[in-house]
Amino acid sequence: MTRTARSSLALAVIFAAGALCADEIGDAENGAVLFGYCSGCHEVGADAESGIGPHLNGIFGRAAGSIDGFYYSDGLNRMGADGLIWDLRTLDAYIENPRALVSGTRMSFDGWDNAQERADVLAYLRLYSDNPADLPEAEPTARPSEVELPPEVLAIQGDVAYGEYLASDCKTCHQQDGSDAGIPSITRWPVDDFVVAMHAYKRKLRPHPVMQMQAGRLSDEEIAALAAYFKDLD
Amino acid sequence: MTFNRRTFIGTAAVGTAALSAPLLATAQGKPRVVVVGGGAGGATAARYIAKDSEGAIDVTLIEPSRAYYTCFFSNLYIGGFEEMSSLGHTYGKLASEYGINVVHDWAVDVDRDAKTVALAGGGSVPYDRLILSPGIDFVDGSVAGWDQSSQDVMPHAYKGGTQAELLKAQVMAMPEGGTFAMVAPPNPYRCPPGPYERISMVAHLLKEVNPTAKIIVADPKEKFSKMALFQEGWNDHYAGMIDWIGSDFGGGNVEVRPDTMEVVIDGEATKVDAANVIPAMKAGLIVERAGLTEGNWAPVVPATMQSRMDENIHILGDASSQGDMPKSGYSANSQAKVAAMAVRGALTDSRVFPAKFSNTCWSLIDTNDGVKVGATYEATDEKIAKVDGFISETGESDELRKATYEESLGWYAGITSDMFG
Ligand SMILES: Cc1cc2nc3c(=O)[nH]c(=O)nc-3n(C[C@H](O)[C@H](O)[C@H](O)COP(=O)(O)OP(=O)(O)OC[C@H]3O[C@@H](n4cnc5c(N)ncnc54)[C@H](O)[C@@H]3O)c2cc1C
Ligand code: HEC
Ligand code: HEC
Repeated sequence: MTRTARSSLALAVIFAAGALCADEIGDAENGAVLFGYCSGCHEVGADAESGIGPHLNGIFGRAAGSIDGFYYSDGLNRMGADGLIWDLRTLDAYIENPRALVSGTRMSFDGWDNAQERADVLAYLRLYSDNPADLPEAEPTARPSEVELPPEVLAIQGDVAYGEYLASDCKTCHQQDGSDAGIPSITRWPVDDFVVAMHAYKRKLRPHPVMQMQAGRLSDEEIAALAAYFKDLD
Repeated sequence: MTFNRRTFIGTAAVGTAALSAPLLATAQGKPRVVVVGGGAGGATAARYIAKDSEGAIDVTLIEPSRAYYTCFFSNLYIGGFEEMSSLGHTYGKLASEYGINVVHDWAVDVDRDAKTVALAGGGSVPYDRLILSPGIDFVDGSVAGWDQSSQDVMPHAYKGGTQAELLKAQVMAMPEGGTFAMVAPPNPYRCPPGPYERISMVAHLLKEVNPTAKIIVADPKEKFSKMALFQEGWNDHYAGMIDWIGSDFGGGNVEVRPDTMEVVIDGEATKVDAANVIPAMKAGLIVERAGLTEGNWAPVVPATMQSRMDENIHILGDASSQGDMPKSGYSANSQAKVAAMAVRGALTDSRVFPAKFSNTCWSLIDTNDGVKVGATYEATDEKIAKVDGFISETGESDELRKATYEESLGWYAGITSDMFG
């Protein structure tokens, strides 16, 4: 699947969130079957060990990237350091489109656009989270139903000149030449990936406070303008 | 003497090789922008105007130094985390890549009627728009016993370069178990967490080379920026070393005696081995000379950073009084981009968008223990007003603190390339 196609899935979820998604607790039995898609890389249950992917025991309530001895990507480590905690909401977003939540994740898994299947596999994984307090029954429905964006807003053509002005505020941190020491590079991203990442900060799905604040004040047009500008920057 | 463009170029070219190339590009009738001060505000403004106007505006930058040593990260130099040489930046690219006329001289006066800036080396420069970003100067007599002539004995280290080197040398030369004193400044001053990051870095250095040494801070304030974070860090890393005396305990009642290396706090004299005196601050002198100050600072119109007293002059950074933004390099850089857009809009009819400002200040407490505070701002009629903000929390994980420090390294690279190209 191409990068762009993958991220349009994310658009669907992040924007249409609240529709189905993880609002309902899934069917753990069906989830056990579906876990077959994960089990090539992940183990769960008694004696589970990390393999290609980390073991998934106790995943609910755990900080991202926190299994000792597993070699995580820089992206997932960064999210963990920023305070990303796996809960129903963040797991759902990750499984739906790993890269939208964690750019540069090593999990080579395209993501699932079927919300019911995600809910089911998560219901299954919940059985292996030791501490049920991590996930009170009422919690899943507490997922904020995010503002649904009408398609015309999604189709906004970014105003590059406006994007250039707005981008001046980003370049104090993100380097113009795309180098990424300490702060990731944001140049030459596909527009959709960029828009998704910004909305993930704006909706506080991604944890970083600077970026939540930066994205928090941007309108949909402004995010589109920035995406259009950074796309072609070299 | 009347000043026109030709006489100006004549005088300046003598001292400035950088001028020869852009000379050719200086066409008749182009609007002229003059920027005074090649620091966080001025260098950014000059670069953005030259870059975005693509030659339609003639930009001259007046700055006495050939290399700008950033104050930001100068504390890290004192702590041993940075080399002084990596804090120096030159103006070469601004001249060669952006066609800016870089004039290494002091601006000594502004004739607001004639719209010219007079240079110390003689001659003057005409402008259509003038941008002043001269940073700070110190208020005479704000610390009893200290004046500019004391700075070699009791350095302020609050302007870039040699002062920080001097301070570090004095710390290194302290006898075993000796005493370091800081006189902290009253509000408002540049870089609110700066003095406390400095204390952390001096403590870090002393812990390595002179672990029984003591640090006293006399502070005219009751509380300070990121206080809980610094105090937590000082307890964790430098327990028993730092004695902070706030205004409730007489920290504001201070006299210094450079001749005998004494610091008198609330009537009690202490002999010290190194003293860092950071006096009260005001806008860089040229702003006062231009008659644009009210009290110690220059009031500006938030949406454009224009002086409230002269619409042809924009004042950036530390020198301005604008509302909620702290005086920081980040703020000056952010304001410069808003002003650059406004100036281009006024002189070339380019598009003008709503002003957006932001700031983040990182501080290093000890190795891999970074903290930050930041906010976003917008322009209201009355002031630059805070929209949203965040601050690091006490008790954060080691990984987060390390990531925060690494972020600050990324920011340093980002802002300096945003200033100097
Ligand atoms: C110890 C310390 C740590 C700091 N740490 C940080 C930090 O971590 N992050 C942060 O954002 N900020 C930090 N700052 C604050 C930051 O350095 C200043 O707020 C920032 O430099 C202000 O920018 P400016 O353009 O107003 O002035 P400056 O950057 O000081 O630039 C002024 C320039 O104008 C020139 N000039 C002055 N008068 C004239 C004249 N008459 N003619 C021509 N040129 C003139 C000067 O030579 C100078 O180059 C720190 C400051 C200190 C002292
Ligand atoms: C092709 C192998 C592969 C498949 C298939 C796969 N994963 Fe992963 N997964 C990984 C790797 C590798 C990582 C570590 C990612 C990183 O470091 O960025 C990971 C990380 C994770 C994490 C984060 C764990 C942590 O400790 O923070 C979760 C949760 C996760 N995967 C769930 C799933 C689920 C659920 C499925 C099936 C729907 C799945 N994965 C399918 C390889 C895979
Ligand atoms: C104060 C510094 C700072 C500013 C200003 C800033 N960012 Fe960021 N940005 C960061 C940091 C640090 C990260 C890494 C955050 C994380 O770990 O999630 C980041 C991450 C990102 C990412 C995700 C990168 C990835 O690899 O996942 C995008 C996209 C982004 N920023 C866009 C922007 C845009 C657009 C702006 C301007 C509107 C901006 N940033 C302003 C510091 C900044």
